[in-house]
Amino acid sequence: MEIPVIVGGGLVVIGVGIGIGLTGKGAMEAIGRQPDASGKIQVAALILAALVEGIGFAALFAL
Amino acid sequence: MKNIKYSTSILFSLIFGLSIYASSSESISIDKPESKANKTSIKEYITHHLKDNHSYFLTYWKDKTGKKVYLELPLPVILYDNGLHIFMSSRLKHGKAIVESKGNFYKLNYDESKIYKTDKEGAFINQVPLDFSITKNIATIILVAILMFFLFRGLANSFQTNKGISSGLGRFFEPIILYIRDEIAIPNIGEKKYKNYMSFLLTVFFFVWFLNMLGLTPLGVNVTGNIAVTFSLALLTFLITNLTANKNYWGHIFWMPGVPVLIKIVLAPIELLGVFIKPFSLLIRLYANIQAGHIVLYSLIGLMFIFNNMIGQSLSFVLAFFISIIEILVALLQAYIFTMLSALYFGFAVAEEDH
Repeated sequence: MEIPVIVGGGLVVIGVGIGIGLTGKGAMEAIGRQPDASGKIQVAALILAALVEGIGFAALFAL
Repeated sequence: MKNIKYSTSILFSLIFGLSIYASSSESISIDKPESKANKTSIKEYITHHLKDNHSYFLTYWKDKTGKKVYLELPLPVILYDNGLHIFMSSRLKHGKAIVESKGNFYKLNYDESKIYKTDKEGAFINQVPLDFSITKNIATIILVAILMFFLFRGLANSFQTNKGISSGLGRFFEPIILYIRDEIAIPNIGEKKYKNYMSFLLTVFFFVWFLNMLGLTPLGVNVTGNIAVTFSLALLTFLITNLTANKNYWGHIFWMPGVPVLIKIVLAPIELLGVFIKPFSLLIRLYANIQAGHIVLYSLIGLMFIFNNMIGQSLSFVLAFFISIIEILVALLQAYIFTMLSALYFGFAVAEEDH
């Protein structure tokens, strides 16, 4: 049986979802521990989320 | 004054970058089914929206005789095909009319938003003229460039006349400009060199932001969701990064200090690849985010026409409403991330040896 290509799209989205979720989790916990550094943590988290998302989009376009 | 010149020259180089958009010849195949289902017509509507267009089209209605009346703003079509052919896009009549210009015949393929050469009867002959038209995207870019030029000129002048106190619109834009300087440029590039890059960062931030926001208006422009536009923007970041880089930057690419020789040899091609991947991810990220946002938004609006009951329609309306709000956030976020990552790359390029 042949697996349709769109299944790969689903897998990519699952992976990216986990990645961004973990990034957000880490950022939230870090802000919880160090509320003073929330500005820096937010910036770093946004960049990391953007990078994860970029990989996801690259994979989706390769489908 | 110098900064303003620099910004405008960047914007105009963008406009020229769009001429990459002129397309090469390829064969076409049109096999439209006679009766289109609702679903496929919505799909076609969305794919048509995502493409560039030859006129600002708002809506149409049918008058008493059943003729379609279009509410649109035609734009000039400029074709190069053994000489220039210039006419207004209203003559194309959305692909229903054949336009004669200096002995050649042209017709618009509505689904592809592309102008093809035809013979006298309007049959396609597999030839495409070079299309340098002022399309919707290019017109919007020129519009935003002019808007930004006068807006920020005016702001700068009002700062000078008011002795450094912002007034009017400046009260809205001053914190944003200061944020870009204090939170993006200085931490990433450094106190010494950030001034050289400020004009580019500010230009690119407001340019991307304004275009993203314009994409959410009923004008239906999709400029930053066009890969040629994001390519030009990323190309500028790439050029500025590599042309202003110091020897420290190139040293880290070709001969990474502080690691064994064997790893140095392995690392060099990877780092060299990274030079190209960085701006590439920049262009794909902006393009894909805006494109995906538009697809989701239009699909949810299209769902209203597929559902034929009150519950489904109101549900998709609420969803479309919330996605619109998220898209406003994404418009700002993508502009911010583009600026932020550009600043980060500039920072790598000018970092001094301090370890």
